[in-house]
Amino acid sequence: MLKYVLGRILYMIPVLLGIIVIVFTLIFFTPGDPAMSLLGENATPELVARIHDELGLDDGYIIRLSRYVVGVAKLDLGISYRTRQPVITEILSRYPTTLKLTFGSVFLGILIGVIAGIVSAVKQYSWLDKFFTTFSLFGVSAPSFWIAMLLVLVFSLHLRLLPATGNYTLKHWILPVFTMGLQCSAFVMRMTRSSMLEVIRQDYVRTARAKGQKEFIVITRHALKNALVPIITIIGIQITGFLAGAVLIETVFALPGLGRLIVDSVSFKDYPLVQGGVLWIGLNCVIINLLVDIIYCFVDPRIKSQFTPIKLFKNMDKKNSNTLDVKTDV
Amino acid sequence: MSNEVKLFLTKKKNSPIQNVWKRLKRNRLAMIGLFIIVFVTFIAVFAPWIIPYSYSVQDINKRFIFPNTQHPFGTDNFGRDMFSRILYGCRYTLIIGFGCTSIAAIIGTALGSIAGFYRKVDNLIMRSVDILMGIPIFMLALSIIASLGPGMRNMMIALSITSTPAFVRIVRAQVLVVSQQEFIEAARSIGANNLHILFKHILPNSLAPIIVQFTLNVGNVILWAASLSFIGMGVQAPTPEWGLMISAGRTYLRSYWYMSIIPGIAIMLVTYGFNVLGDGLRDALDPRLNN
Repeated sequence: MLKYVLGRILYMIPVLLGIIVIVFTLIFFTPGDPAMSLLGENATPELVARIHDELGLDDGYIIRLSRYVVGVAKLDLGISYRTRQPVITEILSRYPTTLKLTFGSVFLGILIGVIAGIVSAVKQYSWLDKFFTTFSLFGVSAPSFWIAMLLVLVFSLHLRLLPATGNYTLKHWILPVFTMGLQCSAFVMRMTRSSMLEVIRQDYVRTARAKGQKEFIVITRHALKNALVPIITIIGIQITGFLAGAVLIETVFALPGLGRLIVDSVSFKDYPLVQGGVLWIGLNCVIINLLVDIIYCFVDPRIKSQFTPIKLFKNMDKKNSNTLDVKTDV
Repeated sequence: MSNEVKLFLTKKKNSPIQNVWKRLKRNRLAMIGLFIIVFVTFIAVFAPWIIPYSYSVQDINKRFIFPNTQHPFGTDNFGRDMFSRILYGCRYTLIIGFGCTSIAAIIGTALGSIAGFYRKVDNLIMRSVDILMGIPIFMLALSIIASLGPGMRNMMIALSITSTPAFVRIVRAQVLVVSQQEFIEAARSIGANNLHILFKHILPNSLAPIIVQFTLNVGNVILWAASLSFIGMGVQAPTPEWGLMISAGRTYLRSYWYMSIIPGIAIMLVTYGFNVLGDGLRDALDPRLNN
């Protein structure tokens, strides 16, 4: 187990380095002088030259990239042009909001999605199955911000039951979490249904029934346990997608999250904050993927035996090709 | 010759495309999806001749008219006819959806074929793909837009890049499977060169998952584009793009809800069409379901 986890952590390093290079390169070649953005209206030729000297803006690409990588290792992501605060401070101040929103909605999504998926699979072609399938198909097709606006229109503006914006009390979180949770549940439900349908027809499920096992135990212990791997995959994808896509819901509900911070930074050309924010979300996603891979081992011990640190790179593609059918969304 | 053998020999065999079409036709949802796509494509092509009013001309006297017989979807805060804007918006939606996916499919197929067929560069291409997929699609698109600046062209570049890795993976996996088949060995043994084998034998036999991914990706790109436009990073005003229209209507949600709700329904319907057609194609193209 330890070997497997170590192997996965080792695999994280080149991926993270790659993400840093991509994010740095994209911003490096952006037109405009960072010193001018930093100084704003106070820019004089002398001050610009001083900033260039202090930040090493005249150095070449490789030198600046190496400096950035070393900075990232020390959690120094630079200074925000807009607020003049360290980027990491800005990120950490907004991070809890995005985290709460993401995990709250994924929890709700799992709760609704798994139950609906199981019911759909067990009662295939029933009216309940048709209802859940239709709901999930529309759920994955509708833009999340539009669903959010529909809910605001009904529950805040017309029924006046819940607040439309802000994050002051628990009540403020109900609509944003419910919106994202509903969409998450659509994806989880689709995956749970198809995965359960495959498992439910296996011989061992029939054997469990034949020996007189209770239906609840057959479904949860025999069927669901063996259908879990694709469900966990889609949950992992949902968490990473929500960490990045939460900006849409944060915009509708005026929540001060990380996504909103990054989008505002793009508008204000605050590039260190854009770089830092994207990198932070990338790091989170890499960690989520690692956790998902570790959970796979507990759910299906066969997976663990497939991976040794040496075989890891070869097997990554095999594993990835198994999950190609999974659709992603913002 | 027995009657059964005669019957077998005289029975007209359907082409693979006819077989797929036959199976697809039996899937009601997929046919609904296909109908939606054909309908929207028709509107997109003939939009300039169909729209009852100009999609861009502003008329202050006609602001905020609720849906009625003259303006089926009402008018917006500038007095522009929403029905005309929605119909014209089909063009942008489909151009973005098909445009980005086509670029991604071409680049992805080329890179995936190279990775699967020429094993020397496989590791380099696939590790780059892993890294690209390490960044969530929405964040990668945002970073590219941050670098290039907001706007429809740059958003399309960003969404093409973010859609490519999935195609690379699918094509590579398919090329790896097909290149192990006996007919490839046969082609090689009669002296066919690599390019001939790749283009004439491997790629035509790898088309099924590419078609499915293409269909599903168009739906996803439409959603991502609407999302990017909604936060001001995609198509810019006054273009009648649906995501942008939802965003514009947000300020007036309480009183003039139709300004946001109707474009949202349009996005949902089109994405739904591509999703159900993609699902249907996946089933119809599945060789296990041949009989």
